[in-house]
Amino acid sequence: MEHWRKSAGAFWAGFLPPTLWLLAFFFVPLSLIWAFSFGEKSGIIDIDLVWTFENYARALEPLYLGIFAKSLWMATITTFICLLVGFPVAIGIVFAPPKMRMWLLLLVILPFWTNLLIRTYALIAVLRTRGHVNFALEWMWDHANSFLTLIGLGSFSLLGERFEPLQMLYNNTAVVIGLVYVGLPFMVLPLYAALDRLDRSYIEASLDLGAGHIRTFWSVVVPLALPGIASGIVITFIPTLGSFLTPDLLGGPDSQMIANVIERQFKSANHWPFGSALSFLLMYATFFGLAVRALMSRNEQRGIR
Amino acid sequence: MADMQDPIIRIENICKTYPGGVQAVNNVSLNVNRGEFFALLGPSGCGKTTLLRMMAGFEIPTSGTLLIDGQNMADVQPNKRPVNMVFQSYAVFPHMSVAQNVGYGLKIEGRPKKEIAERVQEALDLVKLGHLGGRMPDELSGGQRQRVALARALIKRPSVLLLDEPLSALDAKLREAMQIELVRLQKTVGITFVIVTHDQDEALSMANRIAVMEQGVVKQIAGPAELYESPNCRFVADFIGKINLFDGQAKANGNGKTLVETPVLGKVEFGGDANGPVSLGVRPEKVRVSREKPSGNLLAAQGPVTDIAYYGGYSKVFVDIGAKEPVLADITNAERSMGPGFENGEKLWVSWRAEDTLVLTS
Repeated sequence: MEHWRKSAGAFWAGFLPPTLWLLAFFFVPLSLIWAFSFGEKSGIIDIDLVWTFENYARALEPLYLGIFAKSLWMATITTFICLLVGFPVAIGIVFAPPKMRMWLLLLVILPFWTNLLIRTYALIAVLRTRGHVNFALEWMWDHANSFLTLIGLGSFSLLGERFEPLQMLYNNTAVVIGLVYVGLPFMVLPLYAALDRLDRSYIEASLDLGAGHIRTFWSVVVPLALPGIASGIVITFIPTLGSFLTPDLLGGPDSQMIANVIERQFKSANHWPFGSALSFLLMYATFFGLAVRALMSRNEQRGIR
Repeated sequence: MADMQDPIIRIENICKTYPGGVQAVNNVSLNVNRGEFFALLGPSGCGKTTLLRMMAGFEIPTSGTLLIDGQNMADVQPNKRPVNMVFQSYAVFPHMSVAQNVGYGLKIEGRPKKEIAERVQEALDLVKLGHLGGRMPDELSGGQRQRVALARALIKRPSVLLLDEPLSALDAKLREAMQIELVRLQKTVGITFVIVTHDQDEALSMANRIAVMEQGVVKQIAGPAELYESPNCRFVADFIGKINLFDGQAKANGNGKTLVETPVLGKVEFGGDANGPVSLGVRPEKVRVSREKPSGNLLAAQGPVTDIAYYGGYSKVFVDIGAKEPVLADITNAERSMGPGFENGEKLWVSWRAEDTLVLTS
């Protein structure tokens, strides 16, 4: 076959359509938003491009900085929990019998096949006051109480007069639960890929040299899976930071994240310039995260070299 | 040196069946003596690696007992066994320097830093890598990485060093050098070595004793010369070196003699009392080739030369005497001349002494 540089026709045929697509539907809208962020609202839908930094100044007011900080905090906690839960899951899948492995991976990917909105409503059904978790707790409460009655302790109300359902919805905890639920596959898959690539003989060599399983995990498995861990953190953290559906549906009045504020500016508040400025600040924060990751991987490579 | 009364590894009736029904090791019993260089030799899939990994603790026997240094290993985890292993892939930790790799085992033992540093240097000097302690593994060649793996295992002063196909990833020249080096190393440190290999030359040149395995069964355990000169079955005879085999029928005459009749060699009398189908075998270097009919107590037959392969120091001459395959004779080119002096198609006699002939009953 000819080198692609030589057959210019084939090169342009392959190169042009996606480039035009990106230009038309990614670069142009993004540029508009970028321009809007320096604009001024002059009517219900009119925006004057006056190249003002006023929107950014407002975005950096304590109120919004606070929401930014809160979003970063929620995303950090979510990512951390995902890592904590995802690592054992990934290890379990890697070490499962080959036949089981495909099915376990399917279970991890399965949520992707269902709409996020539907999954979130399902989560509401699980967590709400009269939801499945509380039903299960109430069932256990009833049975524990009958048992106490049976052994003659029924009259002391050791478990309270009546069952108090847990308030699990419409607070920050609910949002984190929801975000972890959404983010977990993003964490498990890169971890799985990294652990699957890991040569088993490294683990065996460590055991052979006298290390126990825990020691082997920390001094061999984790360092060698570090690139996968870093990827997992980044691709869980970024979408989590920008999520608005989960905090909107599961959160309380104080658990809005920055994306909720942005959404409101574009919709109910109808202040596109300010929303644009917030969007770009969020994007810059994301870029910062990616830059840190790139820097880390460069140090990693230098470390191995 | 090897003391027959003092096995460091005792394997008794060990079996290993994998889930799915594959029997990798079938009722193997063998002893490895203290201080010897022991080789497990066989074609791929014969169970030799499984056996080695059972010694290391990475595979659990389905039945049978394994004792190392007198201690039953049934409930001993790999990290508690007095053995260390050199992996086929070397498994040198890529995120640690050479010195950190070699010192890993001692660090886990909780040795003081000073002692670790000294012993790491000592171990690296032993494998001639004393100057490379600060390097990272990806800055090393394959041969150097293997030396790191060796040093890392030896530094723990194990009772037994297990080596899983340690030379298979090296090129031919380096492999030969490492064979000599491993023997030297084994003599220096005085540790028992158990090596797994599929390369008969490797096993013959390095090991004190060799166990030849086929399909999960040990066929013969013997020293290199005994394996080569007195194989106990066709498989071993054929696997170790080259051999010419002739099918025949044996009939014992009852007073310690056996008459073997083969279509191409006629009737020949041997010691022993075998009955039924046997194979006569002779090694190529024991076959003589001549134009004249040889005289004396020899097995001899005549036929045309089908092929001559010249290897410099020696030539391989194939003579078709009407057996299943042409007889192979290795001719030493002892005098300076252009080849062995025979030509394709020429009718030649092949002959060898009766006492150089092997009678193989199985």
